[in-house]
Amino acid sequence: MSAQQILKVFVTRRIPQEGMKILQKAGLCNLSVWDSDEPVPRAELLKGVAGAHGILCLLSDKIDTEVLDAAGPNLKVISTLSVGFDHLAIDEIKKRGIRVGYTPDVLTDATAELTVALLLATARRLPEGVEEVKNGGWSTWKPLWLCGYGLSGSTVGVIGLGRIGLAIARRLKPFGVKRLLYTGRQPKPQAQEVDGEYVPLDTLVGESDFVVVSCSLTPDTQGLCDKTFFSKMKKTSIFINTSRGSVVNQEDLFEALSSGQIAAAGLDVTTPEPLPTVHPLLTLKNCVVLPHIGSATYSTRGVMSELTANNLLAGLTGSEMPSELKM
Amino acid sequence: MWCSRTALGRLQKIAPCTVTGFHRAISTLPKVYVTRKVPPDGLDILRKSGQVQFEMWDSDDPVPRVELLKKVKGCDGILCVLTEKIDAQLLDAAGPNLKVLSTMSVGFDHLSLDELKKRSVVRVTFRDSFLEVCVVYVALCVPRGIRVGYTPEVLTDAVAELTVALLLATSRRLIEATHEAKTGGWGTWRTLWLCGHELANSTVGILGLGRIGVAIAERLKPFKVKKFIYTDVEPRPELAKMIEAEYVSLDELAKESDFLAICCALTPETHGICNWNLFSKMKKNAIFINTSRGGVVNQEDLYEALSTGVIAGAGLDVTTPEPLPTHHPLYTLKNCVILPHVASASYTTRNSMSALAANNLLAGLRGEPMPKELKL
Repeated sequence: MSAQQILKVFVTRRIPQEGMKILQKAGLCNLSVWDSDEPVPRAELLKGVAGAHGILCLLSDKIDTEVLDAAGPNLKVISTLSVGFDHLAIDEIKKRGIRVGYTPDVLTDATAELTVALLLATARRLPEGVEEVKNGGWSTWKPLWLCGYGLSGSTVGVIGLGRIGLAIARRLKPFGVKRLLYTGRQPKPQAQEVDGEYVPLDTLVGESDFVVVSCSLTPDTQGLCDKTFFSKMKKTSIFINTSRGSVVNQEDLFEALSSGQIAAAGLDVTTPEPLPTVHPLLTLKNCVVLPHIGSATYSTRGVMSELTANNLLAGLTGSEMPSELKM
Repeated sequence: MWCSRTALGRLQKIAPCTVTGFHRAISTLPKVYVTRKVPPDGLDILRKSGQVQFEMWDSDDPVPRVELLKKVKGCDGILCVLTEKIDAQLLDAAGPNLKVLSTMSVGFDHLSLDELKKRSVVRVTFRDSFLEVCVVYVALCVPRGIRVGYTPEVLTDAVAELTVALLLATSRRLIEATHEAKTGGWGTWRTLWLCGHELANSTVGILGLGRIGVAIAERLKPFKVKKFIYTDVEPRPELAKMIEAEYVSLDELAKESDFLAICCALTPETHGICNWNLFSKMKKNAIFINTSRGGVVNQEDLYEALSTGVIAGAGLDVTTPEPLPTHHPLYTLKNCVILPHVASASYTTRNSMSALAANNLLAGLRGEPMPKELKL
């Protein structure tokens, strides 16, 4: 390889300016960008990655064997604008010696904030309230109208006390949460900071007033929240998922919500995304669905964009990445 | 009615008196009117006490004024909610027996405090020497004026929680987002779609630092808020210390806040204080939240500020009037979230308020200190 070789990079979407500037200024790469807010069609993706040394992608791009084959042997680095990596065929990528950059930590605050926002909106019935106000359902102040469930004196259970799970727990504490339970493969020393109690999954599910799912999507967590799970929850409990849609069995969730087995649910992630507008979950008053906006703040997306660009450049030059995924 | 009671009393040879002794001896329990079907905990307390006979407007909807004026006649106590105007007309209709007014709310702008202070418990004078002693004794041991109970503190948590919920729903555009999810606006994940403003590294301003203001700040702290500032009629050092908040002028509050929460009581001084003068000084990215009283905000000015991008968004749990008519211009704005005054609407809180209101009422009727008495 000649020292002056221009490296080819395919960017699968228009990304925030902060990241683009970094890529352009580096002068290393011949940038080919799918310059749109909409996803690159599959055919275009396969064409665009041909001969690429680096791919900068989003979580909506499946980087599987087909894409890797289409890219060819030059491919050294994949940099994703996300902390989740379930859209990447990790085994294949590892086999080919390709490095992966991702964006942990920088989006923790925004995602934890959104999770708490969703929990509160669900528990205190904000979308219902807004609806009633607009359609004339609001007459005068009534003692029990639109009452919800408060966090004060409650038990909160976090499934997966990782970076985001811990950040969520920190934010919930001052609302007067009485007990903070968590579960996972093993106890975490950092749980002490939030007085977290490590318990078996069943205990968490049975005793929590608020169940918050914050784990990564793996073969173990796929479909974790199913009929059995919901049947063990309290009738007055609230279920929140901002991790990945496939952790939840949506048919079972619909059953649990419509039959009053649990009080309400808030989801920022679904299967598929987008969730079709005819989906039964969207008909339920006690189900709040957000279109995957966990990290959607201007500053966070800008920082993610910078990190993604820097990860990519490091991968191209064979240097240390700011955030490399250990595979 | 008072005269016939005294006649009865003299016939029964009553011993030296307290107000309660007087009543019990006549075996007529104090008469109470409850103006709404309040949550069960309060009603249970009233029923099980055996200390009152009460009538209730058994509905979720407000009692019509005409009915209310009829029913309070001759009452010793009234338990009301914030939709009932307790003014001279009502107090006149109630008559001289009224000793206690217990409201199931922390706000008291629906009560005419001057009228309540003015009215004495005992109005009639007696020439009979025995009863004159009684009357003087009563006047000495019972404070003049109708006593008022209210429900501070038990609702602080719920209100602070709802205020934060509303702030986050506004800043993170939750209502827009749920709408997009339902109506097909949700495509695939996009990098700048529905982006909001985060609390991390922000300055949060509080207008009116009381119990609720402090509770809100405590809940916002772990979101990595950089700085808390507040304004009030004067500094509140003890409260401010709890949240490390800096006292600033109203102007500075407007200029520096990324998030501004209104937490003051509605008084003649605070009426319309959130007007163009305030909004025009705020930041373009600022989020304005009001869960205090609608009258604190000039709604026309707020509409101007929101529709022209002078501020980024607003969340309101209180409006003028309530309910806000469905054709009001504020509803047309995507960056304005309006809730129907639900700040204290959690099951446990409403029951606690109900219980406290009942206990305030009973204590007042017994001539004892109330759990939470409003100092008039």
